[in-house]
Amino acid sequence: MQQLLQVFILLPVAAFLISLLLPRKREMAISFLAITSISIHLLGLVSFIAYWAFNQFPVLDIKHLTLFQTADIEIFIDFYFDRISAVYSLVGSIIALIVAIFSKTYLHREEGFKRYFVTLLFFFTGYNIVIFSGNFETFFVGWEIVGVTSFLLIAFYRDRYLPVKNALKVVSIYRFGDICLILAMWMSHHLWNENITFLELNDLSLVTAHLEQHYWFGVFVSVMIVIAATAKSAQLPFSSWLPRAMEGPTTSTAIFYGSLSVHLGVFLLLRTYPYWETMVSVKALIVFIGLSTSIVATLIGRVQSTVKTQIAYSSIAQIGLIFIEVALGLHTLALFHFAGNAFLRTYQLLVSPSVLSYLVHDMFFSFKSNELGQSNRLKKTIYMLSIKEWNLDFLLHHLLWKPFKWFGNLFGFVNRKIMTALLMAGFLSGLFCYNTQKTVPAVLLDFLPFLYSFIALVLILKAFTERGDALNGWFAIVSSQLFIALSIALLNENFEHNHIMIYLSGSMVSAMVGYTCLKRIKRIDNNIDLSQFHGYSYEQPTVALIFLIAGLGLVGLPFTPTFIGIDLLFSHIHKREEVMIIMTALSFLFVEIAVLRIYARIFLGQHKKAFHPVAFKSS
Amino acid sequence: MTETTIVSPVHKTKNTPNAVLSKQQSVLFDEAQVIHELKHYLPSQTPIKDFIHHNTLHAFQDLKFYDAIFKAGKIFGYQVTLQLTEFRELYKTGRIKNEVLECIVADRKGLDAALWKEKLLYKTYDTINHSRLGLLRAEWKHQYKIDLDNAVHPLLFRILCSYLDQGVALWKFPVPTTGFLSAMRELEKDSFVSFFKTKRAKHLLLNGQCTITELLKIVVGDQAYYEQYLFDQQFGHQGWSGIVAAIEAMPNTLLDKRTISLSDLIVFELLLEIDALDYELGSNWEPLSRRVKAHPLHLFADVPSTELQEVFRIWQDAFEWSYYDNVLNGISANRKEDQSLVSIKSFQAIFCIDERECSLRRHIESTDKNCETYGSPGFFGVEFFFQPENGKFYEKLCPAPVTPRYLIKEFGSNGERKHELLYTKKAHTLLAGFFISISLSFVAAVQLVLNLFRPKMSPAISNAFTHMQQSSQLTIENKNLEDRENDLQIGFTVEEMATRVESLLRGIGLIKDFAPVVYLIAHGSSSANNPHHSAHDCGACSGRPGSVNAKVFAFMANHAKVRQLLNERGVLIPADTVFVGSMHDTASDQIAYYDEHILGSNHNSNHQKNKEAFEKALNANAKERSRRFASIDTKKSSVHAREAILKRSVSMFEPRPELGHGTNTLCIIGNREITKGLFLDRRAFLNSYDYKTDLSGKLLAGVMRPIGIVCGGINLEYYFSRVDNYKLGAGTKLPHNVMGLIGVANSCDGDLRPGLPVQMIEVHDPVRLLIVVEHYPEVVLKTIQSAPEMYEWYVNEWVHLMVINPEDGDYYYFKEGSFQPYQLLHQQLKFVSNFEQLIEQAKKMETNHIVDATKENLPVYLLN
Repeated sequence: MQQLLQVFILLPVAAFLISLLLPRKREMAISFLAITSISIHLLGLVSFIAYWAFNQFPVLDIKHLTLFQTADIEIFIDFYFDRISAVYSLVGSIIALIVAIFSKTYLHREEGFKRYFVTLLFFFTGYNIVIFSGNFETFFVGWEIVGVTSFLLIAFYRDRYLPVKNALKVVSIYRFGDICLILAMWMSHHLWNENITFLELNDLSLVTAHLEQHYWFGVFVSVMIVIAATAKSAQLPFSSWLPRAMEGPTTSTAIFYGSLSVHLGVFLLLRTYPYWETMVSVKALIVFIGLSTSIVATLIGRVQSTVKTQIAYSSIAQIGLIFIEVALGLHTLALFHFAGNAFLRTYQLLVSPSVLSYLVHDMFFSFKSNELGQSNRLKKTIYMLSIKEWNLDFLLHHLLWKPFKWFGNLFGFVNRKIMTALLMAGFLSGLFCYNTQKTVPAVLLDFLPFLYSFIALVLILKAFTERGDALNGWFAIVSSQLFIALSIALLNENFEHNHIMIYLSGSMVSAMVGYTCLKRIKRIDNNIDLSQFHGYSYEQPTVALIFLIAGLGLVGLPFTPTFIGIDLLFSHIHKREEVMIIMTALSFLFVEIAVLRIYARIFLGQHKKAFHPVAFKSS
Repeated sequence: MTETTIVSPVHKTKNTPNAVLSKQQSVLFDEAQVIHELKHYLPSQTPIKDFIHHNTLHAFQDLKFYDAIFKAGKIFGYQVTLQLTEFRELYKTGRIKNEVLECIVADRKGLDAALWKEKLLYKTYDTINHSRLGLLRAEWKHQYKIDLDNAVHPLLFRILCSYLDQGVALWKFPVPTTGFLSAMRELEKDSFVSFFKTKRAKHLLLNGQCTITELLKIVVGDQAYYEQYLFDQQFGHQGWSGIVAAIEAMPNTLLDKRTISLSDLIVFELLLEIDALDYELGSNWEPLSRRVKAHPLHLFADVPSTELQEVFRIWQDAFEWSYYDNVLNGISANRKEDQSLVSIKSFQAIFCIDERECSLRRHIESTDKNCETYGSPGFFGVEFFFQPENGKFYEKLCPAPVTPRYLIKEFGSNGERKHELLYTKKAHTLLAGFFISISLSFVAAVQLVLNLFRPKMSPAISNAFTHMQQSSQLTIENKNLEDRENDLQIGFTVEEMATRVESLLRGIGLIKDFAPVVYLIAHGSSSANNPHHSAHDCGACSGRPGSVNAKVFAFMANHAKVRQLLNERGVLIPADTVFVGSMHDTASDQIAYYDEHILGSNHNSNHQKNKEAFEKALNANAKERSRRFASIDTKKSSVHAREAILKRSVSMFEPRPELGHGTNTLCIIGNREITKGLFLDRRAFLNSYDYKTDLSGKLLAGVMRPIGIVCGGINLEYYFSRVDNYKLGAGTKLPHNVMGLIGVANSCDGDLRPGLPVQMIEVHDPVRLLIVVEHYPEVVLKTIQSAPEMYEWYVNEWVHLMVINPEDGDYYYFKEGSFQPYQLLHQQLKFVSNFEQLIEQAKKMETNHIVDATKENLPVYLLN
């Protein structure tokens, strides 16, 4: 029976791969593929769940594929199925099917019809991987796919400024959550000395015994999970990204931000519940986040004067309640609430354009003037605060990103020559030390990894804030990747060469391809500064696509060698090396943002050559 | 211009010398004058519930068309014609005809024709268009690395939208809305928090000298730059500024009144800018003009002519005349065909002039050979406000520029207004939201699925037929002049009714030979999930369904005393002729008839027969329309097409319930005989007018006065939305978010998007309106010259005017103030005997790029 689980992953994967091959203009074929594959998925799921229910709802687990194995590390893909998976997958397939059928007509003749359906299928793949995942590694693969497809669909209207800007904003917050998840994975890896499966988490005695030994590490893992869930489900303090994500076609907004994607944070909490079940402080934290979010989001929602943002905030408020339900162990209610909220918001978003005529009509017949009561000072204060979204967007920008920008800007002077020199010096000395570890003083050996890791962070922040030539930015990103590898190699006495080779083989190929793409644009246009948007996807759509794939490869898009490499690299940092892990985590956080920023600035946004109609910046 | 006009490095975008002012030359800043100009140039679209088509570039209408569009294009950065590559493609595909092009080039260039044709086809031009706007304000980024738009726009838009909100938010604006700035002051005064992050801006608002000039002194410094700065700033969000200006000019356009002015908006925006600058830069900034080296620009300085402009002119003319010539040729050929006169008339039907009725008229005429159809603007000459039963407001049911003095009220409608449970705002609160999401939400899922597979009418869909309930009664006749409400007279007196009926009938030339039944067929449009639905309704009824007007007119024309007065004035309507009001839903192709009971037994059987004819015609009409809809197989029967079309109009997932006025190109004023039997592909506004009853042209002025503003307005709105859908149109509908019930924007932080969405314009060929009038040139000339605002449309070439001489059928084209004979270029015309085949085999566009899309638009055919 557990063998069947793999079908629910392979089917969307196959559909996604086929969709890539279909010609752009064949709307019927593209939508037919999406609708048929999701229908089959749904039918299969219904039959499977019936069969599963008939067998008394057993918990299923299967190790699908081992990606990498050595004596002490095993990275594998694992699938898992229980009632949480059942509800999430069923709701997911129903909504995906509704949205796919709706989109078939809705997106007719839209520029990017194929792009939309391909991304939708990719998202559906990622969603199902998350839902069926049996361990953190598998979970993370799906989670990342959802993040990347989010970026692509928010920036669906890539020739306008705001979608691109907001896509970057959202992906930054997603990325923040991802890094927390990586840290949780890292810590748990060291705690259990293996990659634990969700099935094992269900073993209460095992978890209890384990937590007795490492309580604070357990808290750390839990908090990281909670932050990841909070970011993904737009809870406080991250809430303000959700309304800003509503830039794509209404249908994609409905499936991502109305229903499926935004509830994945809840799923993560449900999935890891056995782990933090006994930790009262973690439960209290989740209740606190949920409660404060539902109150604040309700207040903000009350003053929203646009239909979609109103739906966004009321959905956030309900998810706050679901968080509380999960923490209190009311999982049946939480699942019910999730399904209901997902359906309701999907519906509300899909019909959101008709609210105009409905409400105007309603107003025409039931308007009462003088509805304005006197408001007191407190009410005015709350009103104004809510209009300003309780400064959430502002605070995130200033507390989270601005310090890094400031730091990155300090290194504005670093150019390609300096970087090359650094690389040469770093590598020569690094290799020297690595090969002659015995002869180098221990102090230096201890110090070097930190230095390299610091240089990597500096370089990535420089790339993140680069305003000059895009090639500079790209160069900084690639250099920082090399320094990360070097630092970890030096840190770990029993580091194995092939680990770093796996990591570098993925990222260096991507680095070369990305470099070639940028060079090509540079040949067309001497100015490829990152201080403005260039919009080259209008002229060079193929180069844009290749660069995107290379960029995602560089940062470790799931299934590329880099991805496994990252996981391996992290496993080489020990749990006591806090500074190292923080610096490396930050580097990984910013590398994706920096890469997508280069992609956005060069290829997205308003095309700068106005020989054809170009959108206003504010539109 | 003197030699002082050195273009600074920042302004290297090829602004011509005469657009650059030296500081000494520039005039002093006149605040009132600049505000006035801003309002003139900003988009003038009112809240979207009343979508009234107008010339998007109305501010330039005092110039000749080409001069105007090139000037607007240079100043604001609009694309104002198709792109050069597109014109060349159209030529290659034969859509722009070689003989037309050669003729135009020869006409304009004489001996240089060959050279110019070479240029048109092959010369490489730099077509990049840099606008004059935005250069000054961009200096904030260059000088201080601060993006003021990002810092100011999101909060500004959110506050504006909350202030103007008509009913989306659950909490209303917490202070009286009797002035934007005063409301802001009250909020700032009495709150623990502030919209501002720094003290100075707040202090200025509460205590300071808060005038535009004073604030500009802080932000900009040198008054030579003020005008340019304000234009940069306000056109940075022309949607919001435009709606503020429109509401200021017409406060009644909002149901829930708001007092706001453009000056208030500018003051508040300047304060937010000061706040953002103070916050980001502290005291390390000075007024912008101190850092800027470039001289201020004179934004509205003349745009010098370029060769490229000339190339565009010729291409556009060639594109237009490639079609026009075909049409004129068709009309000529049609004249030569024998028109068999209808002897016994089964019925007459008066439609709106709307080009969407062009095909229905053709189909009803071919279904029932004995009927006659007429066209007249769809408010049928009766102008009034309408108050539906229990309605809290009045609705204007006549063309937008008219201000009626009459009120018509609905009563006895006995139609309960239905609600959609799922649309309740309670779903957005915490607790009710909780209960709804664990209960009703599952109904929502079922509803969604149902709507996907079995779409049907629901209260959430805007239904043209509920504008007035079919069963309701109206206060049409005024028997006591004291019956007034809010300064409006309730109903019309007999005298007033007679005047209106006479005027309409004489205008369309229907003053004798009445059929037993005369239908007045208004139109409206039902559509689901469509914020732009009112753009599909009747333009002559201010963007609303015209059902009430049809019913009112029928009542008037049936009124015994009115008939008596008409009789005295020479319009003899037989006693047994009955007028029946009705309405055609142009999206779903349904017709509803009003007051059928007055028909009496002797007419009833006729009426039933006519209804059957209409049903058949509607089926055929649906089939004809379906050729442009990918979701319908045109090869299937007309009954199937009609069912499918009905479904489309109530489908939530269908962004094209109908195509609106897309493809409108022609306006024909004359007898139906000119166009009867001609396939014009739903592209012609058809206004009935009989020159024989009006040889002196007395009535013609009344007929032609609204043509420019209504038909020309529609045509130009489509033109500009088509050529630059990004800046002059509303972009694609799919990401649209409804803002405060007053407009749509692309996202939560975006500017409002006036204009038409891409789904409405993709079938449209951007060509100007060709008006053909059947009369003597001298009479038409006198008519158009009778009112300057009407003459402007013609003499400035915003529409083309062609006169067909009724005696010999010769054409005269209006140019430079006089009529010149026009020779047809092309003499061949195709006959079509199997109309269904034509429709079934017509090409469907592969993409909505103009070169593909225009293939869907068929040439003129003679129908056998």
